Amino acid sequence: MIPAGAIDCDIHAAVPSIRALLPHLEPYWREHILRRGLERDNLEASAFPVAAPINARPDWQPASGLPGSSLAEMRAHILDPLQPRAAICNVIHGAQMMMSEDLSAALCRAINNWLAAEWLDRDPRLRASIVVPVHSPDLAAEEIERMAPDRRFVQVLLLAMTELPLGRRQNWPIYRAAEKHGLPVGIHAGSSFRHPPSAGGWGSFYLEDYVSYAQGFAGALNSLLAEGVFQKFPALRVVLIESGVSWLPASLWRINKTWRGMRAEVPWLDRMPSDIVRERVRLTAQPFDAPPDAGALETLLAQFGSDEMLLFATDYPHWHYDGADPLPAGFPPGLLRKLLVDNALATYPRLAA
Amino acid sequence: MAKHVVAAVGEIPPGGRKLVTIRGREIGVFNLDGAFYALVNRCPHQGAALCTGAVVSRLEAPLPGEYRLAQAGAMLRCPWHCWEFDIRTGQSWCDPNDIKARTYNVSVEPGEALAKGPFAAETVSVAVEQEYVVVEL
Repeated sequence: MIPAGAIDCDIHAAVPSIRALLPHLEPYWREHILRRGLERDNLEASAFPVAAPINARPDWQPASGLPGSSLAEMRAHILDPLQPRAAICNVIHGAQMMMSEDLSAALCRAINNWLAAEWLDRDPRLRASIVVPVHSPDLAAEEIERMAPDRRFVQVLLLAMTELPLGRRQNWPIYRAAEKHGLPVGIHAGSSFRHPPSAGGWGSFYLEDYVSYAQGFAGALNSLLAEGVFQKFPALRVVLIESGVSWLPASLWRINKTWRGMRAEVPWLDRMPSDIVRERVRLTAQPFDAPPDAGALETLLAQFGSDEMLLFATDYPHWHYDGADPLPAGFPPGLLRKLLVDNALATYPRLAA
Repeated sequence: MAKHVVAAVGEIPPGGRKLVTIRGREIGVFNLDGAFYALVNRCPHQGAALCTGAVVSRLEAPLPGEYRLAQAGAMLRCPWHCWEFDIRTGQSWCDPNDIKARTYNVSVEPGEALAKGPFAAETVSVAVEQEYVVVEL
């Protein structure tokens, strides 16, 4: 059991249905949605099918509705037992990635309004990430501008796998707006599924999709590095959410090694990529890819080369652990304070204020 | 430490190089804009013949879109893994403080002075009216 006062950097509030968003939509878009009958579809994100057991712990399954869609249940399941000082709600929803850019933006605005009214106003422990239309950087930047004055929104939420690699310049308006407002960019596992979820194409099973998300994160991080996002936006911080974490050290070894011979392609990478990542990138520590024993866990943590990169998260209601202890088995007690509190405070300026 | 005459000045034009062996050690002598530099012909990474690599310019860009070709021809790129080394200092670009190629002092001496010694000029015949590249080793 962890001490009270931790910062949970990834919990999921679920939009129960598009109907729940209707009061939070602008009249035009409410009418548009009703004309099309879209309120009967919940635009579930393919990356997180609600019926897949991994996406809701058995004892966190609600009597009705979607896991994570009830604040009362979220309190009973996670907020009251763990007593975090803050918990950051990340909404994953089809609105973020749908084709129609204006409808996508309108639904994202509604989700942010809904988050503020139905969650943040009702529990002072809750914070949220700003949901944006990830394929429309200009509209996403507008939404960041609109929501930034509400300081309970502590980060901007993107998906790891999008139509364009995340570092590409078309996406820079998002980073510019996030940096301006001191908001880290949280990159959550997920894909718009208009492109294969693995570099090798389309798989047959959720197992391979889910495990291959780590590959998507590596691609996203390499893109941010190579395109110079960390140089162009020197105050920007990035949080990789639900990426698993064990893939990172080997990925950094690989980019460091290759960079030594190819750095002339990307002269803005003027030091080892791993140094940039250690300074600017953080990862939520759930799921944690279960190293086989405490020794392997210790080795993995040493390979990170920093004790400031991991952020505590339960990933509620996803099913990564049972019982009341969300920490990876064998996590060194000496690092707990950083994992549970200090690293998050250093990452999210709005939590420290 | 002895001085070794390795070439007449005109033998290594700007941008050029000459590989020489001094006391069994292979050394590359480079002319960079009229100044001479010498490096060991052995990459500190994995031992490739560093001085046979391409001479390249230093490409700099503090940000994407702000490109600058700095110091034309100032870098030597290892033929094996393309690590770049500054011809003047031997410093690697990727890890300048910890990964360096050994360098040697080079001077240009008039043949008149060389004729008086004490210089080793095993392979270069010295004429008093010419200037010579001299490596200290």
